[in-house]
Amino acid sequence: MENNNVITPPDSIGTRVEQPVKYTAKDFSSGLEVRWCPGCGDYSILAQVQRTAPEINVPKENMVWVSGIGCSSRFPYYMDTFGFHGIHGRAAAIASGVKIANPKLSVWVATGDGDLLSIGGNHFIHACRRNMDLKIMLFNNRIYGLTKGQYSPTSEKGKKTKSSPHGSIDFPFKPVSVALASGATFVARSMDRDPKHLQAMMARAAEHKGTAMIEIYQNCNIFNDGAFLHLTEKELKDENVVYLEHGKPLLYGHNKNKGIRLNGLTPELVDLSKGEFSVSDLWVHDEHDINPARAFILSQFIEMEHFPTPLGIFSQIQKSTYDADVEEQIAEVQKTKGIGNLKKLLYSGNTWKIE
Amino acid sequence: MAKDVEIQILDDVTVRFAGDSGDGMQLTGAQFTNTTALAGNDLSTLPDYPAEIRAPAGTLYGVSGFQLHFSSSDIQTPGDSPDVLIAMNPAALKVNLKDLKPDATIIVNTSAFDSKNLRLAEYAVNPLDDDTLNGYNVIQVPLTDLTMKSLEELRLSNKEKERCKNFFALGLMFWLYNREVDATIEWIESKFKKDAVLVQANKNALYAGYYYGENTEIFSTRYHVEPAKLPAGTYRNIQGNEATALGLLTASLRAGIPLFLGSYPITPASEILHELSRHKDFGVKIFQAEDEIGAICAAIGASFAGSLGLTTTSGPGLSLKTEAIGLALMTELPLVIVDVQRGGPSTGLPTKTEQADLLQAMYARNGESPVVVLSANSPADCFFMAIEACRIAIKFMVPVILLTDGYIANGSEPLRLPEIDELPEIPVNFRTDPEGFYPYTRDENLARPWAIPGTKGLEHRIGGLEKKNIQGGISYDTDNHELMIHLRQEKVNKVAFDIPDLAVDGDSEGDLLVLGWGSTYGAIREAITHLRKKGYKVSQAHFQYLNPMPKNTGEVLSKFKNILVPELNLGQCATLLRNQFLIPVIQFNKVQGLPFKVIELENKIIEILGVPNGK
Ligand code: SF4
Repeated sequence: MENNNVITPPDSIGTRVEQPVKYTAKDFSSGLEVRWCPGCGDYSILAQVQRTAPEINVPKENMVWVSGIGCSSRFPYYMDTFGFHGIHGRAAAIASGVKIANPKLSVWVATGDGDLLSIGGNHFIHACRRNMDLKIMLFNNRIYGLTKGQYSPTSEKGKKTKSSPHGSIDFPFKPVSVALASGATFVARSMDRDPKHLQAMMARAAEHKGTAMIEIYQNCNIFNDGAFLHLTEKELKDENVVYLEHGKPLLYGHNKNKGIRLNGLTPELVDLSKGEFSVSDLWVHDEHDINPARAFILSQFIEMEHFPTPLGIFSQIQKSTYDADVEEQIAEVQKTKGIGNLKKLLYSGNTWKIE
Repeated sequence: MAKDVEIQILDDVTVRFAGDSGDGMQLTGAQFTNTTALAGNDLSTLPDYPAEIRAPAGTLYGVSGFQLHFSSSDIQTPGDSPDVLIAMNPAALKVNLKDLKPDATIIVNTSAFDSKNLRLAEYAVNPLDDDTLNGYNVIQVPLTDLTMKSLEELRLSNKEKERCKNFFALGLMFWLYNREVDATIEWIESKFKKDAVLVQANKNALYAGYYYGENTEIFSTRYHVEPAKLPAGTYRNIQGNEATALGLLTASLRAGIPLFLGSYPITPASEILHELSRHKDFGVKIFQAEDEIGAICAAIGASFAGSLGLTTTSGPGLSLKTEAIGLALMTELPLVIVDVQRGGPSTGLPTKTEQADLLQAMYARNGESPVVVLSANSPADCFFMAIEACRIAIKFMVPVILLTDGYIANGSEPLRLPEIDELPEIPVNFRTDPEGFYPYTRDENLARPWAIPGTKGLEHRIGGLEKKNIQGGISYDTDNHELMIHLRQEKVNKVAFDIPDLAVDGDSEGDLLVLGWGSTYGAIREAITHLRKKGYKVSQAHFQYLNPMPKNTGEVLSKFKNILVPELNLGQCATLLRNQFLIPVIQFNKVQGLPFKVIELENKIIEILGVPNGK
């Protein structure tokens, strides 16, 4: 049989006609014994993902988890979905190939601060730039765990570790800033110790079409214990965290008496109890603002003295995705040129016959 | 009134067009090639261009050349030394003079021999005025001036007019070799269809050149090369990179799975990316990645998801892909990596050819990491070996590296077009049955099942960590590790039973076997053909499969007193042969960024054999 027509992905595979079954969290557990250190923040992240997965309405055979190397990158082994544990830094590139090859798949990346932002930085920024429809969960513990405790690209300057006994002299990356600047269309931050919030962020990322990056502050209790204590401990949290909610003012503090207002391009902390400013003076968060400037200012708070750390969705905008554009371009070409014919192609151009 | 011209019949001609890289020499050569192919000659071409895109005009390092060898019989190389040189300026003359046959014809564009160009070419005295060109048949034609004159009437700038001079040269060559101009006229009309004046200008220049030959007294002889007696069939002239691209596309259609190419531009491999990018009508997916690593990793991801994952590169890119190739072999996914070798190490000589990536392809990975390594013999052979690479990758679930090189990637020759059903079948069986599924069970070829995302009940995890045999989970068990190392090796070994035996051309035993691999095929073939006519007895065998080698290789080698291994490196294949078969081999190496000349090989063979040893 002459096999010279166009090929589409095998249709019996990758599409599912029946209604998705109702899953439970347990359906997403591979049953493999989880091997993170006891007390590691990764456990909570895994639990929140398994709890949220049933809600996102994807048949689990259509879900793919891809990772690189590091503690967080063991993640795919624990999910009863398709999984690919790649090599250091390359998860975004591998995942891009999976997604382009079969856009019907829901493709997730589990990665860490070293994996995504150091060795894998290039693949990360370019996945964002292309708006590849990937959900990237960045487990940021601000340390290298698997290699036993060196400073990472998100470690604070001056951090003393095995490879920086006199303090690191690197300035850290702000992952949210990097993602925004690179063109990611969904950028959020959450925490391992805030299960409800993390579940909500994941559900929103799942709904989003395009590159979604969630930075998850994750405690490494072995090599960087307490890095996020000021954000997680009950007594400190209210004073140090501002939750970003669409259409709501930036309000925080024990008694919701603190706020942030925008003076031109300069954010200012204001104390509402003093009577000088009221809630109506505050910066109202617009997660769909197509101008990334304000989201970018928010992403700088973590390095600004006395400013609270924003958690929530910094930005969500709509743009066409790379994988969909690939399909569209092929369809377009096939419409104008017709579907390719191998014999015609091989015999095209100047040919001659020898009898 | 036409003058009296003698028509001389020739068997074989080598011409070289040379000029500034902006003079359109590649285009002129391609047009002459095309017309020569349509006239039914066998042919072989070799472009030679500088690494700089537009090197300063008139300089020695800015010279771009295109060589074409055509014949009424079967030929295999672009020719050692040109019979004819078209030199568009002094630099082109200087750079190419040393390569010419002693009595070669040189057509010089005298318009370009002004003091500035002579100085740029570092000629103290005009070589047309001293005895530099003694012994050559020098034909002086003011090409540029004549071109300008033929375009006087047209509303074009002088610069635009001057740029048509390559068509004047082409027209003259068409007259000299008794060729039709029609195909080029057609090409001009379609190429410049948006600009009627340019169509006119290039046509005028072409005809002006043609009639210059016809009407002036300078030329008293025209040449004719009869069509070659090639096997019956339909032919097209094809460059190696184009052939590789079409082979890859053909393989995906034969396999019935979509083609996914992850690639990053690199000389001299980019044309494969360009060619495949033109064929979206076949549903191919092209991912121009952010870097070489991204390119291969995306291809691996696509293979995991059920596409034919491909990546194309050259030596420095292959270095970057090293770790990812290890991942593909550990996850046992089909993947084809095309390495169009160039001069190395490091950035090396990007536009020159070399065969020095063989050991890199074989070994440059951490751990025990066998992959299948193939090579292509010639531009047309790239088509067939690309299909073969895909076939093996899919059948054995293994990465395959296909080695071509700059010489055959840019060179061209006629490809006899196959009927589609003559091409190998490439069956693909995605696993769909969850019953008894484990990711690392194996079939009779030791291939594991290809179970792609989207298949209900087959959810599983793979990765670069050592796998537990059959079950596929992570395993740190030491005995299991050793078992898996052996299984992966054995799988690659098994490929030897799925490929043709090593064929010997000539006697299957004797004094000398010349054993090459890859692009040296043509030069070795021609050298041996010449020597046999002179009474030498010498046999030839040529590898297209380097890992594993064909299963009869040891037996073939054992039948010869001497084995000569010519390579464009310092002896990489020779190293493999000594290592596997514990036999002495004679090396013949050249690492100048250039292919072997036929004469170099002839001399080496004579040195080994001494006097003619045939009956
Ligand atoms: S080293 Fe740190 S990040 Fe890694 S598993 Fe242990 S606690 Fe978690």
